[in-house]
Amino acid sequence: MNIKNPTENPSNVYAAHLSGKILLRNEIPFTETEIEMLLNQKFLNEIRGIEDSNFGYRCVRCGNQKRYLIGRIPTKTGKQIYCRNCIEMGRVSTFEPLYKWAGPELPLDRLKNPCAWEGQLTVHQKIASDKINEAMTNRTKLLTWAVCGAGKTEMLFRGLTDAISRGDRICLATPRADVVRELVPRFRKAFPEVSITALYGGSPDKDDGCQFVISTTHQLFRYERAFDVMIIDEADAFPFYADASLVYAAKKARKESSSLIFLTATPRKWIKLQSACGFLPTVFVPSRYHGHPLPVPTFPSCYSLKKSLQKDKLPPKINDWIAEKERNNRRFLLFVPSIEMAEQISKLTKYEYVHADDPDRIEKVECFRKGEITALITTTILERGVTFPSIDVAVIDAGHNVFDVAALVQIAGRAGRNAKDPYGDVSFFHQGKSDAMVGAVKMIEMMNNLAKERVK
Amino acid sequence: MNCLWCHDDIMPDITWLNFWNPFYEPGKICTTCKEGFPIIVDHVCPMCSRPSKNEEVCGDCQRWSNSEAFQGALERNVSVFSYTPIMKDMMAKWKYRGDYELIHMFSEDVRKKFKEAFGKSKATLVPIPLSSSREKERGFNQAKAIAMLLKRPIESVLTRVQDEKQSKKTRQERMEAENPFQLVKEVKGEIILIDDIYTTGMTLHWAAELLKKGGSTKIQSFTLIRS
Repeated sequence: MNIKNPTENPSNVYAAHLSGKILLRNEIPFTETEIEMLLNQKFLNEIRGIEDSNFGYRCVRCGNQKRYLIGRIPTKTGKQIYCRNCIEMGRVSTFEPLYKWAGPELPLDRLKNPCAWEGQLTVHQKIASDKINEAMTNRTKLLTWAVCGAGKTEMLFRGLTDAISRGDRICLATPRADVVRELVPRFRKAFPEVSITALYGGSPDKDDGCQFVISTTHQLFRYERAFDVMIIDEADAFPFYADASLVYAAKKARKESSSLIFLTATPRKWIKLQSACGFLPTVFVPSRYHGHPLPVPTFPSCYSLKKSLQKDKLPPKINDWIAEKERNNRRFLLFVPSIEMAEQISKLTKYEYVHADDPDRIEKVECFRKGEITALITTTILERGVTFPSIDVAVIDAGHNVFDVAALVQIAGRAGRNAKDPYGDVSFFHQGKSDAMVGAVKMIEMMNNLAKERVK
Repeated sequence: MNCLWCHDDIMPDITWLNFWNPFYEPGKICTTCKEGFPIIVDHVCPMCSRPSKNEEVCGDCQRWSNSEAFQGALERNVSVFSYTPIMKDMMAKWKYRGDYELIHMFSEDVRKKFKEAFGKSKATLVPIPLSSSREKERGFNQAKAIAMLLKRPIESVLTRVQDEKQSKKTRQERMEAENPFQLVKEVKGEIILIDDIYTTGMTLHWAAELLKKGGSTKIQSFTLIRS
């Protein structure tokens, strides 16, 4: 809890839980009489959960207007409307109000030197770090286009240090819960005195007035005009780019005057376009923290894949690749386009496989990280956000349409992340090259060239 | 149109038959999702719809017919689906999250099964009630939602007095509790009780016992799920 002298200003206790939020009754941890009091003081407002306009209904919390995601419940007095889009976080409906804080904002601590990290930034990181700090101070937008393994987290520290000493409320949002779990311990270590909370579906933490919130983009539905600094990590990851309500949530959670920082290695078209037109200031970090170029994927052809798998055999080329890795004691990740193929190849190679609905997913990945197993077969879920020090990567059927440019660049970025072993082998086994594969190599080469130029 | 379960687009099958039918309603669930929900087909206990290999009356039903209080109260139970993990997810979303619309996924199957089981009967539908506080919290009564799919007259003649969550109790605790229902109005003639799930059968037997005392002749029940 981040409350200075609760006796001095009792409304701080409430502000800690409610400031900048938009909540259902059962999400508010106070009694009926306390809420009554706050409503009378005009510190809390009751607002309608579903707005009715000429164009149909709209959920106030998630902005959903899609007709098939607006539900109806028949009652004696007529129909009641509810939102099906954000129902996993409690039902917003016409028979329950939402509560919005309107009282004084929660004053946050202004720690002087909160950062305990003592590492050194590379030249490229330094440039980006300064830009990020500038954007956070001036409350502007910035796209940080940094390659996989550039050390994005460390580049934020400088800016965050200043933001914390200004008393800013900060949010780092990402579409993936895995990424939240991976980032939180790193930030807690770097900012030991700062109150940091981690929010994702089923997380044990609650936000009771924390200065720094690390959260999945879904959790932002519960915020409104809360943050001075909003960082969106892996902004191009599923489902953020595909779900308009998450973009709405991220926008709604920011204060009117606030800075917005995108961090990504593979921006989508829309963001690239904004950057190219100059609407979105951009800083490139083309080189990894260890200074070595990104491994460029090779395209070994493997036209017999379908036939071999039908005969329940591995294609010879893939077999050879695996055998070679085993001979050289290399650990590797094998990406496949579907769960069925993962299962089949797992049977043929005797290696474990993971997919999104695997109940043992976290344990298996942990085993691989610790080096207890030499290889892992995976669907695209491990394409980003996870770091394994020294591995090789192969993609089977890389021309499949689940592997878009972003996915392939991210997958290639899993290899060679260790300074002691900066070169990894990345092989895209294909049955005919796809545009995405060519695009991925172009993007990687562009970054490598940019890095070379800067060094000169 | 989008599937209620996976939100993907559904392409409705348009044939010459439904093309000319102004009352034709396309299904609200896609074929892939539909296959996932386990319809009870055959080999069930004739009294409670529990899967049973040789279609004999199961042990639980024999116990019901031997018990003094409930003997002959509930003639039989018919259920549409069995209780698998996907059905548990569905119940969690529908009942506890309150996503009412999900019941429309099953309208076709529910109507079909009801017609098969009770086709000619002119019985009155009586949904199992919730306590008023729970109904207010949830916004709807799940038993009534099922009854409303059947497009027949519904009589709410029962009220629920005490209200503790059944699903949190063990079988023993359920059996030892007191009858939570009260009869508001007496109904003569045939009755079909409607509920969302038949687990131990306690709820339905309580309701049936009360209705029997109130003068109903033949009481059967119809539930969405048999667990």
